[in-house]
Amino acid sequence: MTYYAYIVAVFVLLTGVFGIVRSRNLIHTVVCLSVAQSGTYVLLLAVGYQRGVSPPVFGSPPVKPSTSVTDPLVQALTLTDIVVSATVTALLLAIAVQVHKRHGTVDPNELVALEG
Amino acid sequence: MTRTVRFVMFAVAGGAVAAMLLLGVLDLPHFGSSLHPYRDAAVPAAVAHATSNVISSVNFDLRGLDTLGEETIFLTSVIGVAALLRPAEDEDERTPPRGGRLLDMTRLFGYVFLPVTLAIGFITVAHGALTPGGGFQGGVVLGTGIHLLYVAGSYHAIEKVRPVEVLEYGESIGAAAFACFGIAGALVAASFLGNILPLGTFGELFSSGSVLYLSCAVGVEVASGVIVLLAQFLHQAIEVESDVEAANA
Amino acid sequence: MVTFDHGVALLPPIAIAVPIVVASLLLAMGRRLPRVVVDATAFACAVAEVVMLAIVLQRAAEGRVVTWSANWNPKNGYSVGIVLVSDELGSGIALLAASLVVLALVYSWRYFDDVDAHYHCLVLLFLAGMVGFALTGDLFDMFVFFELMGAAAYALTGFKIEDRTAVQGALNFGVVNSLGAYIALMGVGLLYARVGNLTLPQLGEALAHHRPDALLVAAFVAVMTGLLVKAAMAPFHFWLADAHAVAPTPICVLFSGVMVPLGIYGAFRVYWVVFSRVFPVGDIRRTFVVMGVLTALIGAVMCLAQRHFKRLLAYSTIAHVGLFLVAAGCLSDSGTAGAALYIAGHAGVKCALFLLAGTMLNRYGSVDELDLFGRGTDARVTRWLFVIAGLALAGLPPFGTGLGKAVSEEAASHAGYGWSPLLFVAVSAATGAAVLRATGRVYFGLGDQPPARLQHEQTSGSEEKPEVKGLLGRVRVTMLVPILVLLGGALALGLLPGAHAAAESAAAAFTDPSAYATEALTGRAAPAIPVLHVGNWTWSGVLLDLLSAALAVGGAAVALYAARLGRLRQIANGGRPMLQGLRRVHSGLVTDYVAWLMTGVATLGGLVGLPLR
Repeated sequence: MTYYAYIVAVFVLLTGVFGIVRSRNLIHTVVCLSVAQSGTYVLLLAVGYQRGVSPPVFGSPPVKPSTSVTDPLVQALTLTDIVVSATVTALLLAIAVQVHKRHGTVDPNELVALEG
Repeated sequence: MTRTVRFVMFAVAGGAVAAMLLLGVLDLPHFGSSLHPYRDAAVPAAVAHATSNVISSVNFDLRGLDTLGEETIFLTSVIGVAALLRPAEDEDERTPPRGGRLLDMTRLFGYVFLPVTLAIGFITVAHGALTPGGGFQGGVVLGTGIHLLYVAGSYHAIEKVRPVEVLEYGESIGAAAFACFGIAGALVAASFLGNILPLGTFGELFSSGSVLYLSCAVGVEVASGVIVLLAQFLHQAIEVESDVEAANA
Repeated sequence: MVTFDHGVALLPPIAIAVPIVVASLLLAMGRRLPRVVVDATAFACAVAEVVMLAIVLQRAAEGRVVTWSANWNPKNGYSVGIVLVSDELGSGIALLAASLVVLALVYSWRYFDDVDAHYHCLVLLFLAGMVGFALTGDLFDMFVFFELMGAAAYALTGFKIEDRTAVQGALNFGVVNSLGAYIALMGVGLLYARVGNLTLPQLGEALAHHRPDALLVAAFVAVMTGLLVKAAMAPFHFWLADAHAVAPTPICVLFSGVMVPLGIYGAFRVYWVVFSRVFPVGDIRRTFVVMGVLTALIGAVMCLAQRHFKRLLAYSTIAHVGLFLVAAGCLSDSGTAGAALYIAGHAGVKCALFLLAGTMLNRYGSVDELDLFGRGTDARVTRWLFVIAGLALAGLPPFGTGLGKAVSEEAASHAGYGWSPLLFVAVSAATGAAVLRATGRVYFGLGDQPPARLQHEQTSGSEEKPEVKGLLGRVRVTMLVPILVLLGGALALGLLPGAHAAAESAAAAFTDPSAYATEALTGRAAPAIPVLHVGNWTWSGVLLDLLSAALAVGGAAVALYAARLGRLRQIANGGRPMLQGLRRVHSGLVTDYVAWLMTGVATLGGLVGLPLR
């Protein structure tokens, strides 16, 4: 199918968001946020793909460079996104540790300190 | 909102969003098509700067400003975690408990794979301009690889090997090296983050000009940063306890 | 005249890199250096930023300053690099960010007496993110600096880790903003697939006059989602009240003064350069105005219902964001100019109010209006500063807020929304009334003694912990000076003869996508579109502003003495169930907020996509 990869990307994003909405544990929430971003990786990499060509790395000793390679930009973007996701996950997990200490729970639905 | 109301709201809204995104996605060029104008321009640009890993060229040369931002995000998050996981006013540090059982197989695995992993990490960083990989990837391998000493050894073993203050210097030096290179390039050659170092020969170890230098700077920063980051979490889990817990112990 | 790639054009990327270098140095040396040196270094860095950005702004007034990073200049209109385009509005908001950081660092001199340099590093990295976001001309680069701002902001929000509200607020902020950014990334991917490049000028040129198909609708809605979550448009706004209520006071200054307006700036920058020649103007105008009105009303009602003073200010920011969206959403030069003036004036006034709230917290240990009833009657100077700031928030002339409000009302009326002065007056009067009511209770002891018990869906302000060791006897000079500077700045904006003309020319440049693309891609100066109508103080504008201020005073009086006015009590009781409902919706639960976020995305998709079928 010519659109299967893109449909998977949208599905993964929405599954991640669904997980956050139904979450009962903050660690699960943070991981679902990470899953939601994985959908964007799939979309980016699928956009840059071309059938039957090699990756845009010419190695050492180098093969002859040509433009019959997959798109290098989306791969660089995905790398950047993975770093961003990892850093946000680390920050949110640190916040989750402190939430557990101060509220005594990791259930996001039991945090009642900020209402109204 | 109750769980049910929230679920219904998400089901309706999520369905609409899914419809919008799917309709949008169906207008994309076919998966695997050959229309990639950026690639057609980027590959010659990378080859002209003697970089055989075009992705590293995009990361550190063509779109170096993005990578400056990205490694700064990493630095920010390590500082942020250090600030968030600092011992609070009602907490204290305790000496970590010793002992515990460890399978011999695990210990053997650690002995064998620790040097292998570290070697792979160094090679990935150093060959960032030639083979798949680069500063970020190699830095993560180095940073997590050293924690085999914790997994296959003990908390005391890894504490001896990773001096956190020195690694904080490593983080700072890596981040500052990247940003200073940009400023220096701007002041000296009117080109912020431009590839102004000698380019070398395509496909050899010392090629690609500044891409190699920046890849190593990022490798130092990410490796140090990952170790410091994990050290904060381990410290929080193992050594920090509240005064209440200490009283009960 | 365009400044392309040398001289002053090197300042924008240097302005992004310098705070990063200084933050790295402070990280390495912070523990060894005395606190005074750390404070001074951070302050000096921020001042250097202000100087650099002022030079860029001054040059930008003559023509956009274009910098292609690493000198990947475009050939035949195509480039593989990243571009920084500093026009007047962009460098103006970057300069505002740097100035607010200077003032915030002065305020936090010797604040947090017991922590090493992490706070200063995070503030400088936050500044780097804001400057990068404001000056960049590349869509993915915007996302990267957006996340940099976010990472620093989440850590700074949760900085007071002993405070359980702070960690919850940081969690809500982090999850909702990051999710918005990830949805925006989907849009970036879709646009890249269609166009083959990521810089704003190349996207704009490639998409100009294309028929808006489903992909462009999805991409537009997705990218706008990320930016409008940062801007706290309803129903993406829930995180803002939580985060502002709990972050350290100088950080709230940065959030309300410039981070949230950067969301609005980003949304309209992307709209004007990339999408303005694609979608029918009427559809997008209607979208922004509808959502802006909704945001303004929710913000105003919730603002009046707060007893936690910083949360009250946060909801008033949301209400004003609604007004900014209506003004800029008219999609005209004068509307954009009005929004720019209003944002600048609001920054001065709102930041002063947050700093004043900080003095309240640090002197009395609480920001709860009802618990502190009558406690502040000995504060000679600060209480009058509260009154002035409250009136300025309502739009009292000649403050900059009044000028921005007047220009915005005129622009919205011209765009066909004749009811808009009513909205602007009502919302700004409501927010001013809330501030004046709180001031009256705490600092003048006016009104009846309120009941002490906490209602069910309310957040008390007495859980906040003071930010200095021990309570202060008097307000420190380092706290008072920034407040005076901010209020003075807001006043100067309204009085300066050139302010509205500058705003108008900045708006004309902001709303001209083909000039942006020409100057970025070729370095040739594009002909400037002549400014047709310069918004200014008009008699009707001044009268409406005075009306707002009067209504604010009246509203505060009614709120303070409501118990004595029996009929008013009946009306209030009638509205109580709706207010309870609205309060319960603002539940503080991140799962609810994400459900609302999806509802917002669906609404945007409907408003933009359905008229095109």
